[in-house]
Amino acid sequence: MATVVSRTVIPGFGLTLGFSVFYLSLLFLLPVAGLLIFTLQMSWADFWQAISHPQVVASYKLSFLASFAGATINAVFGSLTAWVLVRYRFPGKKVVDALVDLPFALPTAVAGIALVTLYSTTGWVGQYLQIWNIRIAYSEIGVIIALTYIGLPFVVRTVQPVLADFEKELEEASASLGASRWTTVRRVILPALLPALLTGYALAFARALGEYGSVIFISGNLPYRTEITPLLIVAKAEQYDYQGAAAIGVVMLVAAFLLLLLINGLQWWTNKRNGGAA
Amino acid sequence: MKISTVVKHLTLGTVLAVSSFIATANTTILNVSYDPTREFYREYNQLFSKHWQAQGNAAPTVRQSHGGSGSQARSVIDGLDADVVTLALAYDIDALHNNGNLIPADWQSRLDKNSSPYTSTIVLLVRKGNPKNIKNWDDLVRPDVEVITPNPKTSGGARWNYLAAWGYALKEYGSEEKAYEFIEKLFKNVPVLDSGARGATNTFVQRGIGDVFIAWENEAILSVEQLGKGQFDIVVPSVSILAEPPVTVVDKNVDRKGTRKVAEAYLQHLYSDEAQHLAAKHYYRPSNPAIASQYASAFPKVNLFTIDEVFGGWTKAQQTHFNDGGVFDKVLASINKNR
Repeated sequence: MATVVSRTVIPGFGLTLGFSVFYLSLLFLLPVAGLLIFTLQMSWADFWQAISHPQVVASYKLSFLASFAGATINAVFGSLTAWVLVRYRFPGKKVVDALVDLPFALPTAVAGIALVTLYSTTGWVGQYLQIWNIRIAYSEIGVIIALTYIGLPFVVRTVQPVLADFEKELEEASASLGASRWTTVRRVILPALLPALLTGYALAFARALGEYGSVIFISGNLPYRTEITPLLIVAKAEQYDYQGAAAIGVVMLVAAFLLLLLINGLQWWTNKRNGGAA
Repeated sequence: MKISTVVKHLTLGTVLAVSSFIATANTTILNVSYDPTREFYREYNQLFSKHWQAQGNAAPTVRQSHGGSGSQARSVIDGLDADVVTLALAYDIDALHNNGNLIPADWQSRLDKNSSPYTSTIVLLVRKGNPKNIKNWDDLVRPDVEVITPNPKTSGGARWNYLAAWGYALKEYGSEEKAYEFIEKLFKNVPVLDSGARGATNTFVQRGIGDVFIAWENEAILSVEQLGKGQFDIVVPSVSILAEPPVTVVDKNVDRKGTRKVAEAYLQHLYSDEAQHLAAKHYYRPSNPAIASQYASAFPKVNLFTIDEVFGGWTKAQQTHFNDGGVFDKVLASINKNR
């Protein structure tokens, strides 16, 4: 049998562990258990019907693909932003640094309304895109933009501290050994950043998957086309179909958990490959 | 001051505070309503307060809560302490009986006029000057017209919209199949499906999306008079549905809180002359015919059918059209297939 052992000289292991378990159970496990209990009351056929309806399946596709797209965009441009914030000095840097956190603080409904004001066919930006027949609001692109917006801080804030601690000497050593700039980025900087980048990516992805408030304003909520899964869950609950809502919730939960597990596995693997530096 | 006096004062103070708390608790009621009634009930509460005090009672406190009709009903089922509910449609109030048995099944016969002190109907709101020349429901299925309406699955108002259009097509073209085709064509013209009525109003009024907005008459008049003065016209269709937003006391809550008397008086007074005038002022049609006739010019004459006549009541309409696997789901699926 595995035994739990305290690896610190500070006492209070039992107390803190007990409290953590209690706290997590109360805050996290209880709602999840409720979700499972609701679905356990359903027959397998009902459950399958609720989660495999074509309209629901279309929403999974949109939710997962748009979340991936949003997280990927954030991984690229979030890293870039982190790089600029750490490596360069420019006027207004503190302000930009603070602005990065804004998507955390701004109510997501406000973000959604602001985005739709910009991108709808009569909006400031949207009316010009309309000329080239590009529709952003009320299309899949709108969903991706909203999900990118709310996920931005995650990548920046996870990559930033790692970059700040990164030793410049390594880059200089790489350069003096004859590596090209691109090789230095690829072989020296990126591997060191990868674990943090993956964490940020996973967080941004998870956040996007659960996002509701900002998306419903910009997506147009057209069935089979621009309905995200959380919207369908709310719609089911509004119809007093708590079981159907819980069933779709469970699918989201399991899928998200598996994907996060995968990303964590990837992170562990890159760590190991880099000689277990972290 | 001696300590005992201080204690005495404190005790007295506490007793007074507690007793006044109990007194107010008994005359504090919560009215859980839907979105567009906010302004009406704010004024009505003052009216009722005067009336209630004139009868020798302590001043009542009425709190209001507003939101989408369906989600408001769900909140009450989940434990929101509503003394009275004043929602957009009977089906949402039926839910209080079906889930948790908060009210008796025959709640709607407890007050006059199907428990609907004010009514409304569904009209068409178009842009100023009516550039797309929209005259009636038929124009909504033209391929060059974009229609704004919320999702009937989540919005009570949208269910009225859908049923009004269905009832029109049924009358005009004579068969359920034709009505189905009509609805399918109509929803093909919907570019944005908001989840609630206020969201759809914003899409049409603020974002400028769509050529025609299917709306509650009171929301439409509000848009014309206040939200976008001079930007919109109202088109009254030849046929529409009589929308009855009903009210009821939530028995389980008032009996537990001891507020039945004031809650019942609160709803009863909605039928009084002054409240009927107030409803008209907020663009609801008074259910009292004598008072309604005084506002004949404000509310154009429409050939109205009721949900009972055409659909056999809310429960049936809900099951046939809006439940999962119902007609509306089929409409969505076939629109998707033919896209």
